[in-house]
Amino acid sequence: MLRFVAARLMQSLVALAIISVVVFVLARATGDPLYLILPMSASQEDFDNARRYLGLDRPYVEQYFSFVGRAVTGDFGNSLRARRPVSELIRERLPNSLKLAVFAMGVSLAMAFPLGVMAAVRKGTGLDRFAQVVSVLGQSLPTFWVAILLVEFVAGRLQWLPAGGIDGFASYILPGFTLGWFVVAGLMRLLRSGMLEVLDSEYVKLARVKGVGEGRVIWLHALKNALIPVVTFAGIYFAILVTTAIVVETVFAWPGLGRLAYEGISSRDFPVIQAVVLTTAAVVAVVNLCVDCLYALIDPRIRYAR
Amino acid sequence: MPAEPGALALPELDVPAVTSRRALRLPRFPLAVIGLFVLAAVVAPLLGLPDPHAQSLRDRFKPPGWEAAGSWKHPLGTDRLGRDLLSRIVWGSRVSLAAGVVTVLVASAFGAAVGLTAGYYGGRVDAVLMRVTDATMSFPVILLALILAVTVGPSFTNVVTAIAVILWARYARVIRGQVLTLVQLDFVAQARIAGAGAWRIITRHLLPNTFGTLLVLVTLQIGYVIIVEASLSFLGAGIPPPTPAWGSMIAEGRDVVTRAWWVSLFPGLAILLVVLAFNLLGDWLRDTFDPKLRQL
Repeated sequence: MLRFVAARLMQSLVALAIISVVVFVLARATGDPLYLILPMSASQEDFDNARRYLGLDRPYVEQYFSFVGRAVTGDFGNSLRARRPVSELIRERLPNSLKLAVFAMGVSLAMAFPLGVMAAVRKGTGLDRFAQVVSVLGQSLPTFWVAILLVEFVAGRLQWLPAGGIDGFASYILPGFTLGWFVVAGLMRLLRSGMLEVLDSEYVKLARVKGVGEGRVIWLHALKNALIPVVTFAGIYFAILVTTAIVVETVFAWPGLGRLAYEGISSRDFPVIQAVVLTTAAVVAVVNLCVDCLYALIDPRIRYAR
Repeated sequence: MPAEPGALALPELDVPAVTSRRALRLPRFPLAVIGLFVLAAVVAPLLGLPDPHAQSLRDRFKPPGWEAAGSWKHPLGTDRLGRDLLSRIVWGSRVSLAAGVVTVLVASAFGAAVGLTAGYYGGRVDAVLMRVTDATMSFPVILLALILAVTVGPSFTNVVTAIAVILWARYARVIRGQVLTLVQLDFVAQARIAGAGAWRIITRHLLPNTFGTLLVLVTLQIGYVIIVEASLSFLGAGIPPPTPAWGSMIAEGRDVVTRAWWVSLFPGLAILLVVLAFNLLGDWLRDTFDPKLRQL
């Protein structure tokens, strides 16, 4: 198990390294960053001085390693717009994003589990068909559009819930459900098909023959194995959640990383975008690592497969 | 990352015999919707619609034709600059459909190539390629597009590139899983005995057997790409204005939903309809031709 964790950790580090190279290359490939920093009236001499001061006259490889070195210690430079260290902005926004993501994940699990399992148990009934409608709609509705409509009708016209910002539990409800909706569809699909397969297997039949109660058979014996595909995709769903969060946070004026990224684009604030991308990639990598370790714990076959 | 569960199952090599008429019943709703939008996108210049870029400040925020203040000159109303919404939605379908189809084709071609290579050669080649695939798969698409938009500037090409650069990994994973089981079957061994080289076996024997899976994946992913493209345009990192794109149209209507709900509502409905149609068609294709894939 320890070997597995070590190998997976290495993989995550390699993935992060690749992403940091991409970010670095894109930053350099698109022209001199000095044009973004210095005023239009800067002279050639100003350029030379700034270049030396920022270390941009040194070889690219050296620049890359000093960039990584600073990024690892949390130093991403200053925001071009806010004129503050980017790391401060990240430290302010990241907890808000994580809170929303955890809430949304909780909402989707709470909805997907009963619906997915019962759809498989009562296959072909009205409940099953309802679950399928939820699932296909969840994958077809553009999140940002739903978010705008919710803000207008539930928050605006009906005044039931706050339209944006963080102000107590009520403000979590709309963004949390909007964000969780897409994930519910995917999770439910996986659970339903996993359960259908497992319910048909010999060991479930044996449990029934032995006189185990139907509730125990479904929620204990069958669900345990039906969970395996769900765990497989949990990492991917988390990456999707993070991506969707950018849009949802923008519409609900949620002071998180996603909104920071949006503000970064509209003002072409490259240091901010760079920091958001690397932070998000790191969060996704950590979550994937945890998911895979969990996966190896549940299903011992994985540990030996590679 | 662990393998995709559906991909490990034995592939269905022979197309299942269609015995009942029921099985052959085509999904009418998805085909009709997709057909309608594709047709509208192709013949958009011939439809006699108003110019989607023509501004008319006197006609700003005209409601749809059936509303009291609306007129049938603009059936779905007009936006902030008095541009005809119906016309913009029709022209916008060109952007959305093109982005969806081009991205998915590029991604599937590259992904299938990687999957076939990894599955056929196995060993170290497989290990390296799959590590890269896993790393790619866990990278949020929108973030890459954001970097591209800020560094290179938003454009159609950048959107397609950003999505395709991530999306191929799905194809590589699934196709590789299928090839792993295919290469153990007798017909591959026979081809080898007959003297076929790696290139011939991959292109003539393995690739055709993965077409069914590819078709299902492609259909299911077009909808996903359309949503991602719209999200990017909504954020201002997608197709730049004034080109009509559904995502940016929704964004333009966002601040005026209270007094001009139609500006955001109709482009959103268009996205919903098209994506729903592609998802339903993909589900149908999968259930009919490749039931083993049902977890995708």
